[in-house]
Amino acid sequence: MEQQFPAFIVGAPLLFSVIVPILGRKWRQSAFVITVATVAVSTVASALSLERVLREGTFRYYLGGWEPPVGIDWVIDEVSAFVSLVVTSVSLLVVISTRRWAEREAGDRPGVFYGLVLLLLAGLTGIVITGDLFNLFVFLEIASLAAYALVFIGGRRAMLAGFRYLIIGSIGGAFYLLGVGFIYFATGTLNMIEARQLLEEAESTRAVQVGAVFIFTGLGLKMALVPMHLWLPDAYEHAPSSVNSLIAPVMTKVAAYAMLRMFLSVFPPGYLSGAVPVADALLVLGLIGIVFGSVAAAGQTDIRRMLAYSSISQLAFIAVGIGLGTPLALAAALLHVVNHAAMKATLFLATASVRFRVGLQRTHNLAGLGPRMPLTMGAFAVGSVAMVGIPPTAGFFSKWYMVQAGLDEGQWIVVAVVLLSSLLTAVYLFKVLEQVYLRPAKPEPSEHHGDEHGSPADGAPQPVEQQSVRPVVERAREAPFDVWLPLVLLAAATVVLGVINVVIMEHVLLPGVS
Amino acid sequence: MIDEIAARFPYWAIAVLLVVGLYGMIGKRSLVKQVIGLSIFQSAIILFFISGSLLEGATLPILYSVHGVAEHVDPDDYVNPLPHVLMLTAIVVGVAITGVALSFLVSIYREFGTLDEREMLDEMRK
Repeated sequence: MEQQFPAFIVGAPLLFSVIVPILGRKWRQSAFVITVATVAVSTVASALSLERVLREGTFRYYLGGWEPPVGIDWVIDEVSAFVSLVVTSVSLLVVISTRRWAEREAGDRPGVFYGLVLLLLAGLTGIVITGDLFNLFVFLEIASLAAYALVFIGGRRAMLAGFRYLIIGSIGGAFYLLGVGFIYFATGTLNMIEARQLLEEAESTRAVQVGAVFIFTGLGLKMALVPMHLWLPDAYEHAPSSVNSLIAPVMTKVAAYAMLRMFLSVFPPGYLSGAVPVADALLVLGLIGIVFGSVAAAGQTDIRRMLAYSSISQLAFIAVGIGLGTPLALAAALLHVVNHAAMKATLFLATASVRFRVGLQRTHNLAGLGPRMPLTMGAFAVGSVAMVGIPPTAGFFSKWYMVQAGLDEGQWIVVAVVLLSSLLTAVYLFKVLEQVYLRPAKPEPSEHHGDEHGSPADGAPQPVEQQSVRPVVERAREAPFDVWLPLVLLAAATVVLGVINVVIMEHVLLPGVS
Repeated sequence: MIDEIAARFPYWAIAVLLVVGLYGMIGKRSLVKQVIGLSIFQSAIILFFISGSLLEGATLPILYSVHGVAEHVDPDDYVNPLPHVLMLTAIVVGVAITGVALSFLVSIYREFGTLDEREMLDEMRK
C-alpha cells in the first residue's frame, strides 16, 4: 500500500476528471462533493509520501513496474513531496472556498468545470513528481490545456485572453519539447537522473547548450518570466474569480518548480554558464522582472490586475534564486514557491469574496470595507503583510534567505533589488489596506465594468442598485462560513509557514537541493 | 557551404518551418491563421525528432527470432523506435491543443461574429 501513494497523488484527480463531468450531468451537487473528496485523497497521499520520504529518504515509483531506462519513473524526494502537498492542500482550500462563486460562474455545467479543475490538478502534481523529461512535457500540456479552458469560460474578454494564453502556452510547451529533443539525441535517455549522470561524464556540447536554452525559454513562457509575461495580466484579470484564485497560486509556480527541477536534476552546473550563460540570463531577467512587476502593479486600479503584476514580480524573484544557483538560493526560491502559493491564494480568494459580496474590484472603491467584512479583509491584510515580507510571516523568510545567498555570492545588486521590491510591494498593497481600513466609505463608487454589464457568464452581482441610497460598501456583510474559513486557514498558513520556516528549510528543502 | 547545408538539409527545413509557424502565431491577425501557425510549429518539432532518429540502411526494430533472442544483434541495424513513439504522444497532445483551440474559435465566432483580432478588440471597446 505504501508503495502506491504516488499513484494516488496523480491518479485520483486524473481518473475523476473524467468521471465528474459524467456524474455532474445527472446529479449537479455530486460534482463538488466528489471533487473535494478526490483532492483530499491526493492531499493525504502527498502528506503520507512526505512522511515516508522524511523517514526513509528518496524513493522512486516505477509506472507499471517497468524500471528505467525502459519505463517512466516518478521520483518522490523531500522537495517534490513537499511541493505536491502544498499544491494539493492549497487547491483543496480554494475549491471549497470558491464553491458558491464557481456555481454561478460555471453556469449550468458544474461537472465540466470541476472536471477541468481535477485535470489541472492531475497535470500539476504530475509535473511535480515526475522524473522523466518527456512525461513532464505531457503533464505540462495536460495542466495547461485545463487552464486555457478554465480561463476561457470567464466571459467576453476572457475569450481573447484565454485564446492568447493557449497560443503562447503552446509555444512554451513546444519549445520545451524541442529542448528535450536535443537532450535526448545528446544522451540517448529521457530519465532525469540518467541524463544528469551522462551529461556530467560528457563534455558540454553545443547541442546540449542549445537544448538548455530551448527548455528554459519554454518554461519561462509558462511561468511568465519577463519579457515573456504578456499573456498573464489579461488571463488573470478576465478569468472567472474561482479560476484565478486557483491558477494564480499554483499554475505558474509549478512551471517555476519545473525550471528549478531542470537545475537540480538535469543540467550539471557547468552547462548553464560559460558560452551560453543561461543562469546569468535568468538572474538578469529575474532582477528586471522584480522591479518591472512591482512598478506595473503600483499603477493598476483593478485589484486583480494589480495582483497579476505582483505575481510576475514574485515569479521573477524565484527566477533570481534559480539564477544564483547556490543551494541556499535554490532552497530560498523553493521556499518562495511554497510561500507565494499560500500568500497569493489568500489575496485572490479575499478579492473574489469581495467581488461577489459587494461587486467591487477597483482599489479606490474598497474604502471602509474593513469593519464590514472583518474576516475577509483581515485575511487580505495578513496576506499583504506576508507579501511585503514583515516577520514573522512567510514572505520575510524567503527574502531573508535570498539576501543571505546574494551576500554569500557577493551579488550586491540582488540584495538591493530584493529590498527595493519589498518597498514597492508595500507601496501597492498598503495603498489598498489604507483604503480598506482608514478611509470612510464612498457614497457612489463608480466601477468601470464596461464589458461586464449584462454578461451572464461573468456572474458578478451588479454593484449599485438604483433604489438604494446607502453606499454599497455599508450594506456589505461578511462572506458565509464556508467561504471565510478556508480563507482564514490560508492566511494562518502564511504565518505558520513563517514560524516553522527553519524546520522546512533544514529538514525538507536544504536536503532536497544538496 | 552548399555541402554543409545539403548535409543537414532536414534541419534547415525544420528551422524554416519553425519560423513560419512562429510568424503565423505572432504576426497574423486572423485567429484561424494563428491556429494554423501553431500546427506548423508542432509539425516541425515532430519532424525534428523523426529526422534525428534517422539511420541509413537500418530496418524496423523487430527481432525475428521467436525462440530466444537472435545471436547477433547489432543496434546499428535497427532504427531507434523511441522517438517515433514519443512523437505519437506528441501528435496526440498536438491534436488535443488544436481541438481546444478550434472549439475556442467556435465560441469566439458566436460571441463576436468575427475571427479577426483587431475587430474583436474594437468590438470590446464599444
